[in-house]
Amino acid sequence: MAASGPHISISAERIFSIGALHVTNSMITSLIVSGLLILFALWVRMSLKRTNRPTGVQNLAEWIVDGLTSLVHSVTNNKAKTEVFFPVVATFFLTIIANNWFGLLPGVGTIMVSGEGAESEEIVLAPSQVSISNPVKVAYASEIAQTEEQTEEAPAVEQAQAVEEAVEHVATAEIETEDAEHAELVPLLRAGTADLNMTIALGLISVGLTQYYGLKYLSLGYLKKYINFSSPINFAVGLLEIILEFAKVVSFAFRLFGNIFAGEVLLAVISFLVAVIAPMPFYGLELFVGFIQALVFSMLSVVLFNMATISHDEH
Amino acid sequence: MGKEFAVALVMGIGTIGPGIAIGMMVAKGLEAIGRNPEASSKIQTNMILGVAFAEAVAIYALVVALILKFV
Repeated sequence: MAASGPHISISAERIFSIGALHVTNSMITSLIVSGLLILFALWVRMSLKRTNRPTGVQNLAEWIVDGLTSLVHSVTNNKAKTEVFFPVVATFFLTIIANNWFGLLPGVGTIMVSGEGAESEEIVLAPSQVSISNPVKVAYASEIAQTEEQTEEAPAVEQAQAVEEAVEHVATAEIETEDAEHAELVPLLRAGTADLNMTIALGLISVGLTQYYGLKYLSLGYLKKYINFSSPINFAVGLLEIILEFAKVVSFAFRLFGNIFAGEVLLAVISFLVAVIAPMPFYGLELFVGFIQALVFSMLSVVLFNMATISHDEH
Repeated sequence: MGKEFAVALVMGIGTIGPGIAIGMMVAKGLEAIGRNPEASSKIQTNMILGVAFAEAVAIYALVVALILKFV
């Protein structure tokens, strides 16, 4: 095995299992971040004083709440709606920014424990000879499947040959997989939003809530956006709107995942090449990107909530 | 070797469109703010929204490149 390059895996790796549930490293991280946010909220609650000049933690918390409220209000311009939308939007913002920034702490992505890599090929970037044994395993596995299918139809002689080949391939594949399993060190922590599962979940929550708020404010008139029989063109537009809702889930998920995962890859590669000083501007970039992505997610959510609750007769 | 070229081309060609789009949007936004500073927050909100949509297209290209490289 050559000296291993930066450890980059597009999906989160399993650390341990509870029954049939695989607990991955990004799940552990997002639980830690949620715990920290809850502790912060409790801390603020316990040191609240009624005063016109808040100090300390209360000042910080009031600043955050103020900023987010004015953000939501600037979009809705309606006090009642702001009070309904604010909790969800603020939660989105705080969760995403905390998860993004937590992925930049030292130790996240670098503390390795033994775990199980992703089911699909996990590639360890090596500077010289690349030791990718898993693709070999997959290639051989498909060959085995093919030869097994063929053995059902081929005559006996060819069957023997095919079985021999398959056994050979299995033997060599086993050797290669043993190599891969010994070197299975995975990071203990990984940014929560760098896992596609979490970002898809956030996207589904956001789009689902859009539908919920639309139905709550406009009751069944909200469905006129999607099913509209007044003219063939409006019907086609309605169908497009349905497809657009699914595209929004994908867009939310991949925007956040792509930004954060690409940032992780960038930092890993730069730190691997030059370990001192050179990563500094990239850390600054990642801080900025983490903040912007949280802001974009929350603002996009509140804009979609708002658009869903405005009656569509005003065209 | 073909795979490396594919990855590089996906990112290179895939970000031309969004780059131009974001530049045009922000240019128009700044122009509008200059003409009407009072509506600045409304313009800013819509501008950020538009930039997020355009950037998402570039992120789709990035995801394709990542999938090509790592899967």
